[in-house]
Amino acid sequence: MRDFWRRFRRNKGAVVGLVILLLVVVLAATAPWLFPGSPWDMAGAPFSPPGEMGMLLGTDSLGRDVAAGIAHGARISLLVGAVSTVAALLVGVTLGAVAGYLGGFVDDAVMRFTEFFQTIPSFVLAILLVAIFTPSIGSVVFAIAIVSWPPVARVVRAEFLSLRGREFVQAAEVLGKSRLSIVLTDILPNALSPIVVLSSLMVASAILLESALSFLGLGDPNLMTWGFLIGSGRSVIRLAWWMSVFPGVAIFLTVLALNLVGEGLSDALNPRLARQRGGAA
Amino acid sequence: MSLLRVEGLTVALPPGGDRPHAVEDVSFHVDAGEILCVVGESGSGKSISANAVMGLLPKGLPVRSGAISFEGRDLLSLGAEAMRRLRGQRLAMIFQEPMTALNPLMRVGDQIAEVLRVHGSGADAARRVPELLAAVNLPDPAAITRSHPFRLSGGQRQRVMIAMALALEPALLIADEPTTALDVTTQMQILRLIREIQSRRGMGVLFITHDFGVVAEIADRVAVMQRGRIVEQGPAAEVLNRPQHPYTRALIAAVPHGAAEARAAIATASVLELRGVEKTYRRGGFFGARAVVRAVHDADFVLRRGETLGLVGESGSGKSTLARCVVKLVEPEQGTIAYHGTDLRPLSRAAWKPYRRRIQMVFQDPYASLNPRRTVGDTIAEGPVTHGEPRGKALERARELLRLVQLDPGAMDRYPHEFSGGQRQRIGIARALAMEPELLIADEPVSALDVSVQAQVLALLAEIRARLELTMLFITHDLRVAAQICDRVAVMQRGAIVEQGPTSEVFAAPQHPYTRQLLDSIPGRGWTPPEL
Repeated sequence: MRDFWRRFRRNKGAVVGLVILLLVVVLAATAPWLFPGSPWDMAGAPFSPPGEMGMLLGTDSLGRDVAAGIAHGARISLLVGAVSTVAALLVGVTLGAVAGYLGGFVDDAVMRFTEFFQTIPSFVLAILLVAIFTPSIGSVVFAIAIVSWPPVARVVRAEFLSLRGREFVQAAEVLGKSRLSIVLTDILPNALSPIVVLSSLMVASAILLESALSFLGLGDPNLMTWGFLIGSGRSVIRLAWWMSVFPGVAIFLTVLALNLVGEGLSDALNPRLARQRGGAA
Repeated sequence: MSLLRVEGLTVALPPGGDRPHAVEDVSFHVDAGEILCVVGESGSGKSISANAVMGLLPKGLPVRSGAISFEGRDLLSLGAEAMRRLRGQRLAMIFQEPMTALNPLMRVGDQIAEVLRVHGSGADAARRVPELLAAVNLPDPAAITRSHPFRLSGGQRQRVMIAMALALEPALLIADEPTTALDVTTQMQILRLIREIQSRRGMGVLFITHDFGVVAEIADRVAVMQRGRIVEQGPAAEVLNRPQHPYTRALIAAVPHGAAEARAAIATASVLELRGVEKTYRRGGFFGARAVVRAVHDADFVLRRGETLGLVGESGSGKSTLARCVVKLVEPEQGTIAYHGTDLRPLSRAAWKPYRRRIQMVFQDPYASLNPRRTVGDTIAEGPVTHGEPRGKALERARELLRLVQLDPGAMDRYPHEFSGGQRQRIGIARALAMEPELLIADEPVSALDVSVQAQVLALLAEIRARLELTMLFITHDLRVAAQICDRVAVMQRGAIVEQGPTSEVFAAPQHPYTRQLLDSIPGRGWTPPEL
């Protein structure tokens, strides 16, 4: 574990990313105390620029505090990112593991099923799903999970395919272990590193997807989100730039931080690869 | 004057290694027209020495001191461009892995022609390339010139590599374990080829190997390396038959002697009987022709209680597939696998489970056969726990087993990566023994190990077999190892057993031509290691 942390720290970008991510988490956690009351309430005069009238990041066209919106939006963005990733991992890891371990006909069937989802542009499918199930936080999470599990299934399948033939797995077969216990205790722990790396990137893309859906007005109408803030500010962007820029910066920083952390995780979990990359540079 | 003279060469290792220098104060020389064998175990620095001569050291391994002179020029002070002109032209190298050393997208002829072209003699490539291919005894040079590397076998590729190395008639050829990845019969052909070309052209050869048999076959002089230092150097006959340094003596004592002693025939009840087992792999077939490989057929044998049967053969002979059929890692289409009279082949996964306790397996690769994320104790206890033994009791027994395989019981809580190859193989053996099996299948258990470790593991297996009265199916490609440990051997070729019988009889009077060929290909068969 200490080793892991030492290797993670070697990647400076990853440490910066982790710091930003922690700040966002703290912001989300302390939002009710930093900005008590609903972010939907009027807090000042409409269109007041940042810094004026006690509004740190200005107000929007209805006088709502942009800073409060960002803080409360962070909760939703992180929640959606985390929950939809967990859901996508559950589906993706299960299907990938089944396909990779059993191989043969099952593998073919599962992979054709996966390709079926991959042939549809994911954003269009997400819009379609949210539109069918009416926008709510549940349907948004569901839609994001549905469009993001196929890559997980493919990665997990590839790992399982290569690990299945390894001698320690054959040794477990010869010991008479059950299939389930071989998958859970022998193969999965060794396939974990790419899954961890992939999931940090999935959280980032889930946040982007959620913002894009909210921007189009397909977010949960009762929840303040970053995408909604940008969407509502877009028509007055020349009049009040701060309404779209600050939530945009929040999305940018969070997604960047998650990507940096993902890369750091990948370096820390595959030390040999990281050293090669360092040597080539 | 020597062709190549290396003096006091010291190459540093990156900090944090197990020793400060990869090679330390290494001095040797190669004269024109002789073969110097540098022999040592893995990590002894023999390849580093060769790479230093070629100027191919990785960045992390700087030369600290010493001199390398070649035909009177100091190689270490030469610039990159001057060194490049020398490489290929005067100095040539062949590598261990023939499968990856050729560009898969280029025709063989073009690759050889390229060597000629970059050194300014591309004009007569059309004439020289078939000549070179003929010189390395490749059949039909014209056809091989036009083929891509994937069409060639490992031995053929290594010949192509040698042809490339010889293209510009270098004065010195460096061969880094050129036959290690090859089967014995191919190895013998390549060794003969190198020897023949060397004497025909009067080249100097620096030959790196770990195998004393190969040394006996090819060397004029020998340098023995241990942990980065040359511990003994001298004429081949001298070093092989009268080794002075304790390390050389230990290495030579560890070489399997290959002499099979006559053992009493074993006439106990049969434990395992294979009859008519067949396994066929089919590939492709959607478009184009189906490729059908008969991995195992006509491979009947009987294994009696307390007996060790050796399955020997080259890679692709089906010996591992046959062993895996016995433990249902591979499912044969036909035949019976009778264990004490019960046919195991049609049994389901669940019905097989009781037999898992009785039949266990030791795997080839000590680095791949242990789960890297599980402690040694859990690895050994896993089998009994799976079969319902309480965890505490299984762990207690794992501790005893570690002692049995001569490891410190303190190893229980450590992970596999903290152990060397030989230690891991002991852990693998302990895992198999934890089930208290009656039949042990050992799939090349020592082929990935250095010769001294190999001798220890073989001794351990022999001792355990005697103490626990195990019946053993021992798979190996190394006839010397088979001679040492097996009561009977079965020789496999292309999926079939072509000859079987008591080890001493098969070795003394082989009946099948293939067996004879295999025995003739044992490197260093003309050399009997001295009793030490």
